[in-house]
Amino acid sequence: MIPIVSNRELAPNIYEMVVENRILARRARAGQFLIVMPDDHGERIPLTIADYDVEAGTVTMVIMAIGTSTRKLVKLGPGDSLYAMLGPLGNASEIENYGTVIMVAGGVGAAPIYPIARALSEAGNRVITIQGSRNKGLLFWVDKLASVSSEHIITTDDGSFGRKALVTEPLRELLEKETVGCVYTIGPAIMMKFCAETVRPFGVRTIASLNSIMIDGTGMCGGCRVRVGGETKFTCVDGPEFDALAIDWSIATARQKSFCEAEKCSLDRYIELNGTK
Amino acid sequence: MSNQSPSDGSTARIGRTPMPEQDPKVRARNFKEVPLGFTPDMAMREASRCLHCKKPLCREGCPVGVPIPDFLALVAKGDFAAAAEKVKETNALPAVCGRVCPQENQCEGRCLLGKKFEPVAIGRCERFVADYQRETGRISVPKKAASNGQKIAVVGAGPSGLTVAGDMILAGYEVTLFDALHKPGGVLMYGIPEFRLPKAIVEAEIASLEKLGVEIRCNSLIGKTITVDELIRDEGFDAVFVGVGAGLPTFLGIPGEDLGNVCSANEYLTRSNLMKGYRFPEYDTPVIRGKNVCVVGGGNVAMDAARSALRLGADTVKIVYRRSEAELPARAEEVHHAKEEGVEFLLLTNPIELLGDDRGQVRAMRVQKMELGEPDASGRRRPIPIPGSEDEFDTDLVVIAAGSRANPVLTHHTENLELSKKGYIVATESGRTSKPGVWAGGDIVTGAATVILAMGAGRTASKDMDTWLKSGKEGWL
Repeated sequence: MIPIVSNRELAPNIYEMVVENRILARRARAGQFLIVMPDDHGERIPLTIADYDVEAGTVTMVIMAIGTSTRKLVKLGPGDSLYAMLGPLGNASEIENYGTVIMVAGGVGAAPIYPIARALSEAGNRVITIQGSRNKGLLFWVDKLASVSSEHIITTDDGSFGRKALVTEPLRELLEKETVGCVYTIGPAIMMKFCAETVRPFGVRTIASLNSIMIDGTGMCGGCRVRVGGETKFTCVDGPEFDALAIDWSIATARQKSFCEAEKCSLDRYIELNGTK
Repeated sequence: MSNQSPSDGSTARIGRTPMPEQDPKVRARNFKEVPLGFTPDMAMREASRCLHCKKPLCREGCPVGVPIPDFLALVAKGDFAAAAEKVKETNALPAVCGRVCPQENQCEGRCLLGKKFEPVAIGRCERFVADYQRETGRISVPKKAASNGQKIAVVGAGPSGLTVAGDMILAGYEVTLFDALHKPGGVLMYGIPEFRLPKAIVEAEIASLEKLGVEIRCNSLIGKTITVDELIRDEGFDAVFVGVGAGLPTFLGIPGEDLGNVCSANEYLTRSNLMKGYRFPEYDTPVIRGKNVCVVGGGNVAMDAARSALRLGADTVKIVYRRSEAELPARAEEVHHAKEEGVEFLLLTNPIELLGDDRGQVRAMRVQKMELGEPDASGRRRPIPIPGSEDEFDTDLVVIAAGSRANPVLTHHTENLELSKKGYIVATESGRTSKPGVWAGGDIVTGAATVILAMGAGRTASKDMDTWLKSGKEGWL
């Protein structure tokens, strides 16, 4: 059982949960993920590691409560425990000195991009972060991201904070005026796809971190497979980071849709039993 | 030959005692166990068919050498508890093996009676005594040797790991069993469905290991959470057994395989069994409930997937297999049960393409008929496509049960561990790897095989491990 240290709502339906797990905290590297189960009836939920503290022996996750399992998860707080937690899983980010790196985070992607930005910054890179959100209310970890970035650009779809634009606009402008060594993009699949298309003409190395549907996270189920450069890869053991320009995004998005009906059925039942919160 | 006593074979000829089963129409819609097991009378009658051959070939055919004639004699006398103890002398998981072993290729395949009549139903008797012992609570705690203070790490709580853990705890070692999943049991929990192996039985076997003192650490992916080298160097384990299974599903490499609603049998069965998706939404993990399901492959895993699909509400379920019925690698009983329940068999048929709808989900499978040519490297006749025989049919769920590959997580994070070209661990007959103090066995050495072969490998490794540790870690390869 994994004790929960804290859980707070960062923005509507977005929660930051800190748990105690000394082994995982010591072992975790930027870019890796973990799997949690809120209770013995729950799903195995893959989440990219948002932060870890070796001294305190804690691991931080940022969770968007959208389905049954994530709603169950964010209901837990100090005094409660997670039924299961496995990790760290997947490969760590390759931290090199690229010169200038652009980090593009969309929505809840701001969380997993943070430890990578921090590691890249510590490795001597000039880190430019573009943080996109639908509106001001959904923004979180702005200061945290700013603290590891030389430049921090915020965009909102409705212009309620920062620049009214999609993340791809400042991305294109930066690529036009700067020599960029690498672009990272983490967020909704559609955003990562458009980031890849924006970068493609500039020929800059672009890395996306995928959040595929999976069960075990150890290579066994193959549910997280994606086509990358014409080959089948497993997000859990070959990823979660891949060359964004080589990912077949249409397959990646189609495979996320297989369980839509079941997810709705599960959530309807959950709301009927527990109310909307 | 008309007035023979039971001992000279007349009982033998009365024919094999059938085991009662749930009606195929009823059971194809529920997840309860299919065979209901022998009654005491049935077991005694069946056991009395044994000829007690001077040289029991049945025992030779058993990968763990169960003293079959001896235990059958006890069953015939009605001393079921003693019979169970006799089986347990060499088989730690009789309730499991009685259900999932391919007896027709092992003990029963070698039974002399089978040459002229039908072989003794050894598996059914084994299952009976194990169930009898568990259900009547007559499980005696096996004798444990005095503690010797040495520590054993067993990586993977599947059939081989459970065997090693059981052997070594009885031999006086401190045993820690690691597993990546949240529940121990390996394929017995995630792979084999409830209707073939009730999970309560697996849980009872594991609980008895814990009672003996085995410490189980779930949620530990060795190679990631902690490495084999660290287990030895930092955690002070004297020996390590690696039984992590094959663990990476093979796909066919045909167009359309990455569409939605196309999954590996590992995924399909893990969702249904381990995550209890068959009880969704009571349990949160869904499993795709296809109406017209195609399962590609002909092994036990394919049969398990096909029969699960029926129980999950499919209207039609097809097994698509590129060789003929004679080459089906599944246990005979599984094929028989699948047919009885209404699974269709498209034999000598090979999928060549999967077609998707506008949402990127599979909607149809294109296949090609095959014929058998010359034997290939596996000794089986090679299937050859028949030109112009292409066909297509609708499907909304394709499950690929085409075998597995070696999982690289542990092997790639262990120093000086020799691997085969295909990534399996190279081990001697006694299970020693290239790394001193580290043994391996089961599917991660042999490639995908059976529960009992993995248990046999575990048994061999634990004997050798005990000898090596008692000799003061003398010598290696």
